[in-house]
Amino acid sequence: MKYWASIAALFVLALTVALAPTNDYFFYAAFVVLQFVVLATAWNILGGYAGYVNFGAGAFFAIGAYTATVLFKWLGAPLAVQIAAGAAVSGLLGFGTGLLTLRLRGIFFAIATVAVTFVLETLMINWRYVGGATGLQLVRPAVMPPFESYTRMLFVVMAILALVSVCVARYVQDSWIGRGLRAIRDSEEAAECSGVPTLKLKLFACTVSGALMGAAGAPMPMYLAFIEPASSFSLNYSVSALAMPMIGGTAHWAGPVIGALLLASIQQIVTVTISSEINVLIIGVLLVLFVVAAPDGVLGLFRRWLRSSK
Amino acid sequence: MAALLEISGVSKHFGGFTALADVSLAIAEGERFGLIGPNGSGKTTLINCVSGSLRNESGSIIFNGEEVSRLPAYMRTRRGIARSFQIPRPFYSMSVLENLLVPTAYVAHLKDADAEAQALDILRRIGLAEKARAPANRLSQVELRKLELARAMAARPKLLISDETMAGLSGAEVDEMLGILFKLNEAGITIIMIEHIMQAVMRFSQRVVCLDAGRIICEGTPAAVVQNADVQKAYLGA
Repeated sequence: MKYWASIAALFVLALTVALAPTNDYFFYAAFVVLQFVVLATAWNILGGYAGYVNFGAGAFFAIGAYTATVLFKWLGAPLAVQIAAGAAVSGLLGFGTGLLTLRLRGIFFAIATVAVTFVLETLMINWRYVGGATGLQLVRPAVMPPFESYTRMLFVVMAILALVSVCVARYVQDSWIGRGLRAIRDSEEAAECSGVPTLKLKLFACTVSGALMGAAGAPMPMYLAFIEPASSFSLNYSVSALAMPMIGGTAHWAGPVIGALLLASIQQIVTVTISSEINVLIIGVLLVLFVVAAPDGVLGLFRRWLRSSK
Repeated sequence: MAALLEISGVSKHFGGFTALADVSLAIAEGERFGLIGPNGSGKTTLINCVSGSLRNESGSIIFNGEEVSRLPAYMRTRRGIARSFQIPRPFYSMSVLENLLVPTAYVAHLKDADAEAQALDILRRIGLAEKARAPANRLSQVELRKLELARAMAARPKLLISDETMAGLSGAEVDEMLGILFKLNEAGITIIMIEHIMQAVMRFSQRVVCLDAGRIICEGTPAAVVQNADVQKAYLGA
């Protein structure tokens, strides 16, 4: 009850902020931060709970974006349809990738997901309809009232996606599915011998994770009014999707949320105040620091602090 | 007595190495069965084929009247084949109790309170109840072995395969583990024991089979098997 109330409160907060007379730049930046909340939360469903490192988050994200672009150019589909379709196609991609690669374990699975990124990026570079390598300019439709600008509307949309993905992650974590995924992470063979249908559960996690990543990417073309392959498939998305949960803590749904809010906000601030180039360095340095000093992330640090202060 | 498990003509190769060559044996319901043999003789490969961790290339494995050799491992567990691992593989990120809640959720389909009551009951029978809330990565060797058995028991097996549960334990600990296995057998569970500690297998088993280089070289009562010339040759060399 308290949980649903806070979800509703957060939604109302986002809506109120979007209607308040704030500088538009805030929404421009907040959209990106929330997008990373979705991406990190989605990554954690497979990577954190089941221990399968997906290094191709960028591919799922970009396929969501390209699905939205195609639907927009072809049918002029509204944003909600673009997002739903982006999620569906990326979910399918997750299922397919899972079928082909989930028999691989550890590092081999990670490498396979990197390969998926390169294959799909090459495909998009050579697809004229979506602009090929030069990209495609898109004209945004008129903004829906009561919103003042399209960016503000996109901010609310991304806030909804973030809340939905957190609800999904929390449900998966607390249900029997989450227990099975944890068992898989600890010992796949023992999980199987304890009656856990490991392949099915991994496929499920891969599909859900992919779908949420696709949903995160789908509003991107409208946000930029532009799409092109190099930035859509950027390794930055893949690295961030992995680094944020690791820094926040992978064992709990709150971990990726904390990691994403922390890192993406720092990145946004640094981009404006110092330089956009130093962003990647920050992620790298923080990731190394956390992996060495706090392998359980911010959540782990917090738990340790709670225990020592008792 | 009807056979609970019937293995016939099972073979398994790893590349050019023959791990199992045409192995056939039947295990009756309620039996205490010992499987012995020198290192590399195929004991663990055989039970991996039975539990589903490996697929046998030829032959059939009939459990409870049903051919199971093409089923994935989790379905065999749900049919009633449970095993412990030679090197304990607990779910390290969970507590002892949570370890048992995995099979209670996926095999017995029990919900929260029922599942916990059942799991605690098993832990009590195995003698691990006071460690129920302890994280699995803080257990001692003997406790890890008990956890392996407890988790296998939580899957409500008809057949329990105990893979070197006693390796590396002290004399008193071996006695304790044997006591547990005897109790489980009295409760109606068929048990296959794979063991290097001869004194334990001999005391426990009603019937023993000795494997060497993937073949059954001897079958009989414990006393007869230790007297057998082939068995002595396999263990001690000619």
